[in-house]
Amino acid sequence: MTPLLQVKGLTKRYGARIGCQDVSFDLYPGEVMGIVGESGSGKSTLLNCLAGHLEADAGAVVFDTRADGPRDVRAMSEPERRMLARTDWAFVHQNPRDGLRMGVSAGGNVGERLMAVGARHYGNIRGQALDWLDRVEIAGDRIDDRPTAFSGGMQQRLQIARNLVTGPRLVFMDEPTGGLDVSVQARLLDLLRGLVREMGLSAVIVTHDLAVVRLLAHRLMVMKSGHVVEAGLTDQVLDDPQHGYTQLLVSSVLQA
Amino acid sequence: MNDYNFAYLDEQTKRMIRRAILKALAVPGYQVPFASREMPMPYGWGTGGVQVSAACLVPEDRLKVIDQGADDTTNAVSIRRFFERTAGVATTGRTRDATLIQTRHRIPEEPLTRDQILVYQVPIPEPLRFLEPRETETRKMHSLEEYGLVHVKLYEDIARHGQIATSYAYPVKVEGRYVMDPSPIPKFDNPKLESAAVQLFGAGREQRIYALPPHCKVVSLDFEDHPFEASKADHACDLCGSATSYLDEVIVDDAGGRMFVCSDTDYCETRRDAGHLGRLSASGPVTTGQEDAA
Repeated sequence: MTPLLQVKGLTKRYGARIGCQDVSFDLYPGEVMGIVGESGSGKSTLLNCLAGHLEADAGAVVFDTRADGPRDVRAMSEPERRMLARTDWAFVHQNPRDGLRMGVSAGGNVGERLMAVGARHYGNIRGQALDWLDRVEIAGDRIDDRPTAFSGGMQQRLQIARNLVTGPRLVFMDEPTGGLDVSVQARLLDLLRGLVREMGLSAVIVTHDLAVVRLLAHRLMVMKSGHVVEAGLTDQVLDDPQHGYTQLLVSSVLQA
Repeated sequence: MNDYNFAYLDEQTKRMIRRAILKALAVPGYQVPFASREMPMPYGWGTGGVQVSAACLVPEDRLKVIDQGADDTTNAVSIRRFFERTAGVATTGRTRDATLIQTRHRIPEEPLTRDQILVYQVPIPEPLRFLEPRETETRKMHSLEEYGLVHVKLYEDIARHGQIATSYAYPVKVEGRYVMDPSPIPKFDNPKLESAAVQLFGAGREQRIYALPPHCKVVSLDFEDHPFEASKADHACDLCGSATSYLDEVIVDDAGGRMFVCSDTDYCETRRDAGHLGRLSASGPVTTGQEDAA
């Protein structure tokens, strides 16, 4: 099987400082990869390099495109990359305000990606928006409300609906549960797990919350100071940590 | 007349503006940056249109200036006098006699011919501005033809009002490529953008010129199930009886009395001279407060 995403030797430096260095991994269709580490360990930098928001200094990000098979995203032209970003890829920001248009109604937010790829039938766009609001457990009568009138958890669910409406194959998530209280987090995780399984999505999830990766991720990478210090199956890494930093990380979690 | 160079601007400036105009005509709908000059009038009064007009005028031209369809309102009068003084060209109120027409907010009702130039005053040339505030981003969207956002605006209109409520500055797609703001003309005028005349758009404050060459294809954006509609008030002109021209609503007393008149004053006068009558034309001054609303 061809990996959906192959990352080889990805490096990003901020001047003399290291953002992330020499990161390599393969992601297969339907697989969820978790990236954990403390703040400043380079996990967000890595995610932004993968998604094309930041220009990496070295390495390759090879994506298995629908049309032409595996291609290096970094060598693509900008129109191709932006097209990829709004069709086969999705990016869920930590703060829903970064990923939503706050001045546009929920329906318009969900419909934007559809219209961006050429949907021109109002009734169909609205129908799909309603369907997706339902899937992320937002009541249909809120479709014309702006996200400013939504709670934090609803905004995050709306952002997920907006991203998944075009049926992407790869989703990047940057701390999708950050800033939500625990009960809302639990429901969101439940929802995400259902969607990932149902749609056969591949995902790269950056988080510092070990509970999130235990629930969602099949495989795990632990980062420290820009380097990947340990990688493997999620339960293997969490239950039998080998590297000193991973041991520290796992033992730092409070048992409720 | 001798106090100014012909048509106020110096020759170097006119040359620069003409270059921008030629480029704009070559790439219909594309906004060409130009070095807009200070003009002896405030921004918002047509500084862009005046510069484009000045660069196009020749001594043989006959100039007409329209402000909201009328020839006799402040903006029209002051710009017409400006060119009478600085260029010494003949002026007219008649659409068919004019060779160059500068306009604000309207396209004349009478179809234009290939011998005419129509110059628009444009306040905000960027059709994506209120959707995406970053200029770097809107330029990228134009260059990559990413126009989904315009439809988000139209979607919001329908979601909120049940129909596309944008009634002026209605976005159009030019020759299947660039999305363009046709300046704040009513959407009733959008079909007239496909014209035999050269149409030039000048935005002074924003320093942009764009253009539509003759018979250029201009499509108003819409949804398949909510098609574009060139709407107007559902009345006939009370002075000349025209049922097809764009109408202004005028409040005539404090008891709910109102009348509808052609916004294009020249069109209305021409029809009245030809003997057409409207509902209020014979009865002299308007006094009634008892209009039947239909």
